Amino acid sequence: MADTINALSNETIPWWRNRRVIPLLVQAVVALVVLIMIAFLLGNLVRNLTAAGLLLSWRWLNQPAGFDISETVLPFNAGLPYWRALLAGLVNTIRAVLVGLVGATVLGTLAGMASFSRNGLLRGIARVYVELIRNIPLLLQLVFWYFVVFLSLPNGTAAIQLPGLVLAKSGLYLAGFADGLRWVGPQLVNDVWQAPLRLSVEFGALLTGLIVYSGAFIAEVVRGGVAAVPKGQWEAAASLGISWITTLRTIVLPQALRVIVPGLNTQYISLAKNSSLAVAVGYTDLYSVAETTLNQTGRAVEVYLLLLSAYLVLDLFISVLMNGVNHLVQIKER
Amino acid sequence: MANRPVLAPQLRRLRRELFSSPGDGVLSISLIVLIGLVAIGFLRWAFGQASWAVIQVNSTLFAVGRYPIEQQWRLWLLTALLAAATGLSWGLLRASPRPDRTGTLWPRHDRLAVVILVLGALWLPWALRLAALIQLRWWLVVALLVGCRWAAGRFAAVLPSALRRLVPLLWPALYLLGMVLISGGLGLVTVPPSEWGGLLLTLLAASFAILLCFPIGVMLALGRRSDLPLLRWGSVLYIEFIRGAPLITLLFLGQNILGFLLPGGLAPERIWRAAWVLTFFAAAYLAESVRSGLSAVPPGQFEAARSLGLSYGQTLQQVVLPQALRVALPAMVGQFISLLQDTTLLSLIGLLDLLGTARTVMANPAFLGKSAEVYLTLAVLFWCCCAALGLGSRALERRLDPHTIPSAT
Amino acid sequence: MQVRWPLVVLLTGLLGGCAADSGSGVQSQKMSTITQRGKLVCGVDGKLPGFSFVGSDGRYSGLDVDICKAMAASLFGDPEKVEFRDLNSSERFAALASGEVDMLSRNTTMTLSRDAAGGNGLSFAPTVFYDGQGVMTPAVSGIKTLKDLAGKPICVESGTTTELNLADRMRELGVAYTPLKFQTGDQTYSAYLGGRCVAVTSDRSQLAAKRSAFPSPAQHTLLPEVLSKEPLTPATTNADPAWADALRWTVYALMQAEELGITKANVAAKLSEAKGNKNLADLRRFLGVEGDFGRQLGLPSDFVVKVVGAVGNYGEIFDRNVGLGSALRLDRGINRQWKDGGLIYSPPFR
Repeated sequence: MADTINALSNETIPWWRNRRVIPLLVQAVVALVVLIMIAFLLGNLVRNLTAAGLLLSWRWLNQPAGFDISETVLPFNAGLPYWRALLAGLVNTIRAVLVGLVGATVLGTLAGMASFSRNGLLRGIARVYVELIRNIPLLLQLVFWYFVVFLSLPNGTAAIQLPGLVLAKSGLYLAGFADGLRWVGPQLVNDVWQAPLRLSVEFGALLTGLIVYSGAFIAEVVRGGVAAVPKGQWEAAASLGISWITTLRTIVLPQALRVIVPGLNTQYISLAKNSSLAVAVGYTDLYSVAETTLNQTGRAVEVYLLLLSAYLVLDLFISVLMNGVNHLVQIKER
Repeated sequence: MANRPVLAPQLRRLRRELFSSPGDGVLSISLIVLIGLVAIGFLRWAFGQASWAVIQVNSTLFAVGRYPIEQQWRLWLLTALLAAATGLSWGLLRASPRPDRTGTLWPRHDRLAVVILVLGALWLPWALRLAALIQLRWWLVVALLVGCRWAAGRFAAVLPSALRRLVPLLWPALYLLGMVLISGGLGLVTVPPSEWGGLLLTLLAASFAILLCFPIGVMLALGRRSDLPLLRWGSVLYIEFIRGAPLITLLFLGQNILGFLLPGGLAPERIWRAAWVLTFFAAAYLAESVRSGLSAVPPGQFEAARSLGLSYGQTLQQVVLPQALRVALPAMVGQFISLLQDTTLLSLIGLLDLLGTARTVMANPAFLGKSAEVYLTLAVLFWCCCAALGLGSRALERRLDPHTIPSAT
Repeated sequence: MQVRWPLVVLLTGLLGGCAADSGSGVQSQKMSTITQRGKLVCGVDGKLPGFSFVGSDGRYSGLDVDICKAMAASLFGDPEKVEFRDLNSSERFAALASGEVDMLSRNTTMTLSRDAAGGNGLSFAPTVFYDGQGVMTPAVSGIKTLKDLAGKPICVESGTTTELNLADRMRELGVAYTPLKFQTGDQTYSAYLGGRCVAVTSDRSQLAAKRSAFPSPAQHTLLPEVLSKEPLTPATTNADPAWADALRWTVYALMQAEELGITKANVAAKLSEAKGNKNLADLRRFLGVEGDFGRQLGLPSDFVVKVVGAVGNYGEIFDRNVGLGSALRLDRGINRQWKDGGLIYSPPFR
């Protein structure tokens, strides 16, 4: 049928009105424009980089970094090469993202659930939390947490001390096992707190900011998901004498999750990307290390390629993970 | 004792909400105590310990940055025009009678808003210890806003509908005029972008990005749903790349790598570069919102329009997009709000937006330890701006709701 | 339209390339860009009293700023034809390399890797301030030497040589420490004053400058140890040698003027003296009465007169901004002229 129409039109309609030619033409023009632009930009890039003596090279990755990183999961010192520094930064980012994800999910779920509470006050607090936090920029919240809240903590002997836990201006110190199986609490050595487990205030500020901010968005996702479950489900469960919490856990949540999980995916990815704001509170994440590296080596283009691909991979990883979870929670068709 | 007083309905409601069971009661009481403690602590800090001089002394810096003082009358003029336009639009949006309801001049929420506005206008300039002349100007601006709101609400019905339709066009015209007023040209002294700062720069960057990301986002969304593979994959690639990268890396890229990509001297001023990065960033997110709106439009609509003989462009413009954008409106406004918040990242690349200005102010050792006051003020400002955007969008949403407006008039 | 605009851009770019300075015979893309633009864009710190600082009147002042103004005077005869751009330590090289700023006058230490074509690819002008890295601590902390900092947090601006020197010195001493790195000086000193670290490290001049602005400067002490050599030097990129030369000899002119006793106040008198007396060959060449030094650099032939007339000589700039005539009251120290036993030495103008 289509062929006959086209055959007809080929005889009677000029080519510029041919329904088969136009799309090809449009695409060709767009492709041409894009290609010219890319060629133009790349040409300039190569010319400018050659002029500056900075043509793409990756050898610098193996040179010693020369700077220290204060808080790393992977051991790092100034003598190790740049790629180890970047890796340490990446691991620091992943650490912040992982803890942030868990924290934000817990906080968000609690706040989302609270907006269905029978207690009006609790509902109000959940509402205020969401509306307050979502309308204030994350960066502002981060610097607030760091420069206002955490840096006004007491220091040294005046620090907040609980059994096995010390909260000081320099960080949170927790008791734990050291040198094998010896239980060691935080202690003040030479005016500096020491403990087996230590979280710096920079990490603390970043985490608090990320958790509180993402928590508000996740609360909305959870609330939307639960609200999408028909009211009849609640009423039916209540009429069967099932308690509120059991209803929520066994009847409502499994249905709500199908709506919630895709929304969570978006929030998780934006949390991962927002972790790059760590640079504002002095936590050495991937972005911060990359910026220092760029500055010490001058390899702007290479460092940016690495940085952008690292974040893309991180996002992709979260997406794949959440797609897996999504599969698990979807209705099994029988 | 015997005659239990009958509880007033409010009290009964209170009991149901807060004390429906012993557990609930304990929870409520502890929450009330907690809230009380926090509130008392905050008030004692705000009126006792806090010193708001840092805001009072630097209020001009926060508002407009280093904008030359002898040219600031242009910003006042712009503020007045904006107030007038806001008043007009507000009046038309809320008070004009519609086929489904008779117009009330002052709906309840509007009365509340006006009271808050007037009280704010009376109190804030005084609290900031502004000069008497500047206080007076603020009062006049608010008076103008309320006056226009009243006039639009009162006389909207009398106006010919053709004139009423022109009011939305006021905004783009005002935007262009504002650009001229801010940057100079057409006989006005040029004020280079490096001298814009504070709230002015924040709002300018945000509004620029919001306006421009919209058409780009719609085109990307259409491209992503296009049948032409090249367009589709190009759009997908762009959207996913931008959405995968943190904004700060893109902003830094725009500031420092763009120079490598363009021949010397062609790269725009850094403030515009940042604004363009924000635009392209937001466009990718907006495209996704619009795409979800597009998929909510049944394919039959498109087919029906085409079969009636409408061209592809007409179909999109008159049938598909109006429906899709209405569905996408809440998500889009969400994007706009986060765009407004994202302007704070300009401070990380050394631009003096609201947060950047705040950080330079606090670098001044004279204001050491005053960060709480500054950050709180900024938070309130941002909250108000974002909440206003949210409120406006909800009003617009109701206005566009097909269930309240019969299509034929 | 869509097709055409990249072409327009392309054409403009090509034309821009062809229109390179044809007057002086000096081929410099950068200088023709600057001339066309009508102003110099100079990267500075912007928050460092004495070096580059924005006063409450919104005007920049400082030693680094005066170098920019000198260059603007050299190019345009007008020290005000310069736009200052505040740069972080971590963005400065990228900004310079990408052409965002024409030159850097931002208390930047000259090092091999920053200079080398295989490193940052900068091209350094003469050093305008010989400095050394120091450490500042609160007086009450009782810290007397670097070793006392063992295990303690130290605030440092990221992307600086001081960050690297600190790592080196601490490794040498075998002292473990916690570096707390911030993107900007603001944050670094806020964290220090907020008590987050017990020490902050930077160039000694910078520490002195910041301390002078603290609410109670006497409560902070500089450790006597000097961690490194920090020759603070203006820079351009390797991409344009002619432009780098113009900057280099403009800075030398400031130093030579001090050596010859030419000041902002007497430069006009010196000029008429040189014009009147043919035997003052050195002075005549230096002030552009004779010869074509300016044109060889692609600058006006009387650039020295313009520069000194605008900002004074090196000694005047030093005294006005960081020396005894300023709030910092730094001693000239090794920044004296070579004749007085210092390191400031201009090669001959001939």
